[in-house]
Amino acid sequence: MPEQQPEPQDEQVDHGRRTVNWLLGSSLGILFVSIVYPILKYLVPPKLAEPTTFSVTLPWKLAELKANSGRIFRFRSLPGILVKTSAGELRAFSAVCTHLQCTVQYREERQDIWCACHNGVYDLNGKNISGPPPRPLEPLKLNVRGDQIIVMKG
Amino acid sequence: MTGVRITAWLEERIDLWPLRHFIGKKVIPVHRHTVWYYFGGMTLFLFAIQVATGILLTLYYRPSGEEAYESVQFIMTDVQFGWLVRSIHSWSANLMVLMLMIHMFSVYLTQAYRKPRELTWVTGMLLFGIVLFFGFSGYLLPWNVLSYFATKVGTEIAGQFPLVGHTLMRLLRGGDEVTGATVSRFYGIHIAILPALMTAILTLHLFLVQKQGMSVPPAIEQAHRGQPLKTMPFFPNFLLRDLFGWFVTLGLLAALAALSPWELGQKADPFAPAPAGIRPEWYFVFMFQSLKYIPAKIGPFEGEVLGVLGFSLGGLLLLLIPFLDKKSAVGEPSPLFRSIGIGIIAYIVIFTLLGYLAPSVK
Repeated sequence: MPEQQPEPQDEQVDHGRRTVNWLLGSSLGILFVSIVYPILKYLVPPKLAEPTTFSVTLPWKLAELKANSGRIFRFRSLPGILVKTSAGELRAFSAVCTHLQCTVQYREERQDIWCACHNGVYDLNGKNISGPPPRPLEPLKLNVRGDQIIVMKG
Repeated sequence: MTGVRITAWLEERIDLWPLRHFIGKKVIPVHRHTVWYYFGGMTLFLFAIQVATGILLTLYYRPSGEEAYESVQFIMTDVQFGWLVRSIHSWSANLMVLMLMIHMFSVYLTQAYRKPRELTWVTGMLLFGIVLFFGFSGYLLPWNVLSYFATKVGTEIAGQFPLVGHTLMRLLRGGDEVTGATVSRFYGIHIAILPALMTAILTLHLFLVQKQGMSVPPAIEQAHRGQPLKTMPFFPNFLLRDLFGWFVTLGLLAALAALSPWELGQKADPFAPAPAGIRPEWYFVFMFQSLKYIPAKIGPFEGEVLGVLGFSLGGLLLLLIPFLDKKSAVGEPSPLFRSIGIGIIAYIVIFTLLGYLAPSVK
């Protein structure tokens, strides 16, 4: 069968169809994006302003603290840990375990800082000494004024 | 009598013949592995219980950091039979995961995923993922100490994913930390998003099962080559056996709820240390225990990132099994994939046991 050359008129019609298809397709695409985009944005929680307080005065008096003990306190929006060593020295760290963010605690009998979630252990300098934690605890600065204990970002 | 009249009334208006024909024709193959056919139905039954008890719980539960714990306490102590509804919801959730696991691994080991049932397997695996997410999100809702730390660790693990981790973690938590906002978000996920997904995928899964019928293990197919396999009608023979199992399960659930009501524990306190002996729900324990053994650094990589990637890869492998196991697709025995399956089961069982038996440190 001899091949038929497409007539110029057909080509014009094809071109017109392609244009209409493209316009319809892209407007459907834009409609889809304009629906999905706000939904996706809605799902992302807004950033909340971090508390700007630089230092926190702890709710305990210096004299209240026993040697060889530890207490959890609130530092900005996260927990911190205050340790009084058996020698009577005060130390403070962020109480957020560097492994998977559980809250650590002081173990009096072993004199270390321990995370119960995955058995991570830190020494009293906050250094990770066993278990899965990859980094030391973040140290916090301490300032003792009379009987008051003030904690600051390290 | 009334039943017949109602059917006749319906029949006059809607042609019920195709449905009758389908139910009348449906048969279940009878062989030494027939027992495994009951576990899918059992999972479905427990899901129905979850829907029913879950709807009842929404009538009193209040999803916020200030009220969640108190509202569950109210359900457990003040609402008539509240303890029963909540305990059945919790026990049934655990039994459902167990039945689903038995269903999944029996399908795996009888190679029921092979051609032409690849899509049934894939939809089943998606349902498994959804059910685990149901468990994870529901666990937080009472807002107690255990659920608080389980959620903290669980979402932090999601945060370990390279590139998308941080965004994913914020999306899950509804902020940077696990707070009351997380409770509201998990509640929405637990009672609206997951049920919608589950309904859609479950419908497809069940449609495929009905369309293709029950798979017969290749070994049994080969032993009966040329001879038709013994079958039993689905209605009423198999369904009555199903019903018997469901009835026993219902009794078991009531007994568990009455003898061992689900505990509520202490209210979550973001400024208290994680309690000793903390562990997630039993079906996550094997992963939890593995994370304990992975060292902080493996070469240049962080241990937990590798752990998380490893488990994701394992899940992906399981999802794609029908496409990887080329031998069973053509009806040949496939010892490699059988061993992989047995290996996965052994790993899960051993690490779960370790999670409970390994001495906990304090």
